[in-house]
Amino acid sequence: MSMPDFSAKRLLTSLLCMAMLGAGWNSVAQDRPAPGLGQAISEAQLDDFDLVAPPGGSGFPEGSGTAAQGRSLFNQRCAACHGSEGQGTSGNTVLVGGSMQSEGTPLRTVGSYWPHASTLFDYIRRAMPADAPKSLDNSEVYQLTAYLLYLNGIIGEQETLDRAALLSVTMPNADGFIDRSQLH
Amino acid sequence: MAKQEKQALQQVAGNGLLSRRHLLGLGLSGAGLAASHSLVAQESGVVFSIPQWSRQPGPGSSPYGSPSPHASHIQRMSGNPNPTYPGGGASRSPLQYLQGSITPNSLHFERHHAGVPAIDPAGHKLVINGLVRQPLAFSYEDLLRYPMVSRIHFLECSGNSGAMLRSATADSGATAQSIHGLVSCAEWTGVPLSALLEEAGVLDQASWVAAVGADAASMGRSLPLSKALDDVMIALYQNGEPIRPEQGYPMRLFVPGWEGNISVKWLTQLKLLDEAAQFRDETSKYTDTLADRSSLQFTFPMGVKSLITSPSGQMQLNNPGVYEISGLAWSGHGSITRVEISADGGRSWADAELQSQVHDRALTRFRLPWQWRGSDAILQSRAHDSRGNVQPTRASILAARGNIATYHNNGIQSWSVNSTGELRNVYA
Repeated sequence: MSMPDFSAKRLLTSLLCMAMLGAGWNSVAQDRPAPGLGQAISEAQLDDFDLVAPPGGSGFPEGSGTAAQGRSLFNQRCAACHGSEGQGTSGNTVLVGGSMQSEGTPLRTVGSYWPHASTLFDYIRRAMPADAPKSLDNSEVYQLTAYLLYLNGIIGEQETLDRAALLSVTMPNADGFIDRSQLH
Repeated sequence: MAKQEKQALQQVAGNGLLSRRHLLGLGLSGAGLAASHSLVAQESGVVFSIPQWSRQPGPGSSPYGSPSPHASHIQRMSGNPNPTYPGGGASRSPLQYLQGSITPNSLHFERHHAGVPAIDPAGHKLVINGLVRQPLAFSYEDLLRYPMVSRIHFLECSGNSGAMLRSATADSGATAQSIHGLVSCAEWTGVPLSALLEEAGVLDQASWVAAVGADAASMGRSLPLSKALDDVMIALYQNGEPIRPEQGYPMRLFVPGWEGNISVKWLTQLKLLDEAAQFRDETSKYTDTLADRSSLQFTFPMGVKSLITSPSGQMQLNNPGVYEISGLAWSGHGSITRVEISADGGRSWADAELQSQVHDRALTRFRLPWQWRGSDAILQSRAHDSRGNVQPTRASILAARGNIATYHNNGIQSWSVNSTGELRNVYA
């Protein structure tokens, strides 16, 4: 795939600005001088700050874990809300099971619905457990990710999940989504 | 005299919808409800006197105003706390008690994914990194020095009005607030995101921006770079004052017209990527599963929509007579160009009067006089926008998408009026 060059991007940006002239939006502010106060930083300074882990793999840290390791951690930190086998304690806490082809409204879980395994790692690391988010280290996040993939029959109990292994996982509903991001 | 003026009221659609010209004060003064009230007062012989509050000085000025205690029932409505979701949930704006088109800051709807963080702006940073020439960090004080823009826009949670699709039978106890209260409108002031992206230097391979909040969930959403360069701002003020903690203090992303969740609150990071981040809140949530079990992802602009807020569910009409039907219309695609009202369940329609100045992607107030004759009626509104979109019926949405998807519902709301004047939520 060829990348558009800078001049094409500039052209696109100016076209967008022109398209917005009627609304008087950013073109107004862009005509005024900005003070340029952004402090230059390095990506290395953001190692503990930047938790974005997209499916392409750019944000995944070192570390690894297995479902077998994840089981006891899950029971300790997660089972109170999610149940020891991920069966849940209320609608939104069910993590396991379901099928998009079932009768009626399908049970949509990590296993049946989520299109990317990366999202599981990303979400656990940034937001779970709900009573103490960001209290797990990266290997613990890999362990819990492995355990949930195992409970959903996606990987084996003894498989080691690290960055490379996680990125190679294909979720059951990976092809189930229609991207509407360009319709606006 | 009164009879004569009643005959002059011009009906423009079925079941008592009256001409907009009556809104301008032509012909309404001797007719209907207002007239009967003043007649009753005269006949009862009430003697007017100077009220007590005109006989003594009141308290002086106050450092921060608050509403009258007589308006204290006008509040946001929250669900019950969920122990598995600390701080999570929503509160809904009391649309049926508000007028005009701007939502007071204290009544703007809320949606939190891990509660409201207690942010000290002195310790808060906005980081721009990823596919940029130079990663940058901005403080709150820094951003206050940038050129700003002010725009009036609605904000709507894509889960708003989902109950209308979720329940097979209409909840007769529902109100405008309980069904539709996850929409509000404010004047937002802030720094155009394009200015900050330009300063960091977006690399050519970047196509998405991942936005992350500083709440306990580090709630994240991805937006296409084209939108980020278009009309997105880092909002710092809401209706003139610094945005409230529950709206993202000290700063939030504001993405005009798009589903509310993408206007990330407590914004602390913008990462330029060559793909969407595929966050939990753009895959597992805020996606719509169709009848064939495929699911729509990244449904960004909120569809053209309206509802009648007065009279509306759980209100009571006390006497037959003339009432003003009033409501709100909006579209994530542009400005509202036309709102139609029906009093007979959609058999006939009349154009409502729009507020004098209609803003792009903003709540728009509409009004039309209606003569309620004391019989059954079904009140509906139908909005049109500047892109030619027309608000669909609930039935057509269900026919097109099936009944699994409940986000992004912009279907027509129906309120029934019975012969005793009670208003109820119905499907019609």
